[in-house]
Amino acid sequence: MKMTGTQAFMQCLEEENVQTIFGFPGGAVIDLYDTIFQQDKIHHVLVRHEQAAVHAADAYARVSGQVGVALVTSGPGATNAVTGIATAYLDSIPIVVFSGQVPTALIGNDAFQEVDIVGITRPCTKHNYLVKDIKDLVPTIREAFHVARTGRPGPVLIDLPKDVMAAIIDFPAKTPVKMRTYRPTYAPHPGQIEKACKAILAGKRPVLYIGGGVILGNAHEQLTEFAYKLGIPVTMTLMGLGGFPGTDSLSLGMLGMHGTYFANMAVAKSDVLIAVGARFDDRVTGRVDAFAPDATIIHIDIDPTSISKNVEVDIPIVAGCKEAMEQMNKWLDASSFDLETEKAKLGPWHDQIKEWKTKYPLGYVEETDVIKPQFVIQKLHELTQGEAIITTEVGQHQMWAAQFYHFNHPRTLITSGGLGTMGYGLPAAIGAQMAAPGRTVIDVAGDGSLQMNIQELATAMQERLPVKIALLNNNYLGMVRQWQELFYDKRYSATPMEIQPDFVKVAEAYGAVGLRATKPSEVEPVIKEALATNTLVLMDFVISREEGVFPMVPAGKATTDMLLV
Amino acid sequence: MKHTISVLLQNKPGVLSRVTGLFSGRGFNIESLSVAEVLEPGVSCLTLVTSGDDGIVEQITKQLHKLIDVIKVTDITETDNVEREMVLIRVKAEATTRAEVLRIADIFRARVVDVSPRSYALEITGTRAKIKAVCELLKPIGIQEMVRTGIIAMTRASKKL
Ligand SMILES: Cc1ncc(C[n+]2csc(CCOP(=O)(O)OP(=O)(O)O)c2C)c(N)n1
Ligand SMILES: [Mg+2]
Repeated sequence: MKMTGTQAFMQCLEEENVQTIFGFPGGAVIDLYDTIFQQDKIHHVLVRHEQAAVHAADAYARVSGQVGVALVTSGPGATNAVTGIATAYLDSIPIVVFSGQVPTALIGNDAFQEVDIVGITRPCTKHNYLVKDIKDLVPTIREAFHVARTGRPGPVLIDLPKDVMAAIIDFPAKTPVKMRTYRPTYAPHPGQIEKACKAILAGKRPVLYIGGGVILGNAHEQLTEFAYKLGIPVTMTLMGLGGFPGTDSLSLGMLGMHGTYFANMAVAKSDVLIAVGARFDDRVTGRVDAFAPDATIIHIDIDPTSISKNVEVDIPIVAGCKEAMEQMNKWLDASSFDLETEKAKLGPWHDQIKEWKTKYPLGYVEETDVIKPQFVIQKLHELTQGEAIITTEVGQHQMWAAQFYHFNHPRTLITSGGLGTMGYGLPAAIGAQMAAPGRTVIDVAGDGSLQMNIQELATAMQERLPVKIALLNNNYLGMVRQWQELFYDKRYSATPMEIQPDFVKVAEAYGAVGLRATKPSEVEPVIKEALATNTLVLMDFVISREEGVFPMVPAGKATTDMLLV
Repeated sequence: MKHTISVLLQNKPGVLSRVTGLFSGRGFNIESLSVAEVLEPGVSCLTLVTSGDDGIVEQITKQLHKLIDVIKVTDITETDNVEREMVLIRVKAEATTRAEVLRIADIFRARVVDVSPRSYALEITGTRAKIKAVCELLKPIGIQEMVRTGIIAMTRASKKL
């Protein structure tokens, strides 16, 4: 069938089962928007800033497991999208971003609203493309979705010159994407599986250390089965939270800089460390040579470049997390080992962990006259039965959400881990709510971060999304202030927020509901009211201003050198 | 230490900058780079010399492999390899030194590719060491201009039957 580039574009999105795209128009994409206007299969969400379009698409992908899609215009539209793309890149999130571009004849001419977005995003995309010929359009879009979702997922950008999109083609029939140079490995090497299982069975103090790969690779069931089979304690990175039930007795919670005492101790004293879909990030390892010094390290990852990057690995397994855990479960079942006996052997290790858990549980000092942020998160957990999707901004509030919400399910903590992008949470909540219309979605926000994309209140209202915002308002760029308190003699340079809007009124100005709590007794009623309201509600919790996030491993220290309060 | 890396890649716009970006992004310098289409249309072979910490070079090698357009990557530093570079050198050749230049050219099996009343242009092919040696001998006579192709290299085939 003959059609224009813009029509072929829509057809490709349908082919990929895309239902929602997030975008913002402009001259270079005006024809595309004209085509979008004339169809009703794909819903377009008009954001208020291109960064938000990409964050929303990214969160949509994190919640649904499908590829998220964003559309922006050339020049400033494309550069505004870059932070969103880098955010998705660092967390390996499958999205496809389409940017408009000036007509091919003008490329390289410093034309109006021209930037070399392919050049700019080369280091922060998994791959990117400039389509210079209409006949490449459809194959490129198909390839882009394939690249974004397979292997270690990631963002892909396609730059679409205006004249290419206006040209006419015969829509080519769908054929499976075949790429000569890109064939990710999912199946683990059987020899390595056996080696790993034997090393684990030989260990007395095993720990599973799981990351975002477990969630991206849909491996949580297989991983949970494995942990239960041998009774192995599990610790999670920020990105791995929800990959194993956080309320399970085998859960050690999060590890690393703001991890629990017992998670960091368990890893430090372990004799077998099984890293699954995690990448030994510096926020996790602290001083590298003191990270699990006595352990045989097994590393399962789909990306060979992650292996032995920061920490020397003894048994590497390049494979999908799901496939690898499946094979390890099978190996154990088929082996002559009696799993109950093996499990019993870990008794002393569990006793040791219990001792650490009792000695320094995760906690905070409760107060009666001022709201503690941790208390707010605990109440959110309680009143949502732990079943909400939580998005976060970046800062102390993000860490409190990670520590105290005890995520039980994958794809329920939606947070910018790798890049740590302030302003992520609200657009992410929009994307999350679009992907899961019936669910409770709460953006746990900080006062600094929320103001980085606060304009997205309009997007949420326009889409009638009943997103909730739980603002932990300390009137500070709190996380930076905490570092200044601890390591810079309390010189609070540029962290107090001297002028703040009245957030309740801001919400109201957008037609949403604003609620405020200033006393602990008001926390529960405010949350209850918000949850009972079927529209956007911003809850402004005025919290103890100088609360810190603890435990804390100072940057560059060994993870056993924790500041506990 | 110096590393010679050989990369087989699909010859598409932007590929070279994807490759070099992995080096520049880490503040690594590329000492020499040579790239051209080989055998199959659309497939190029790139030879690159860099120096840096072994661990980081290994990491870069893995990252290179991950690039979508890259077919094959080999760090041929450690392996037994044949490496060659070609240089064109214009040397001053006055009446008193013309014979000397030709003699040096002869010893190193260089070819004279351009002649003028006051200079010779020589073409020399060889290893880094050989080229360095020629340059040192010609320097006192007067090198006016020089261009080099950058190193290309290939691993030696197994000698076993
Ligand atoms: C875009 C961006 N700029 C700067 C930072 C550095 N930074 C990290 S946390 C933080 C403070 C965040 O303040 P707020 O949102 O109020 O959260 P709080 O720590 O107070 O809970 C800053 C400035 C960042 N992560 N992202
Ligand atoms: Mg704050």
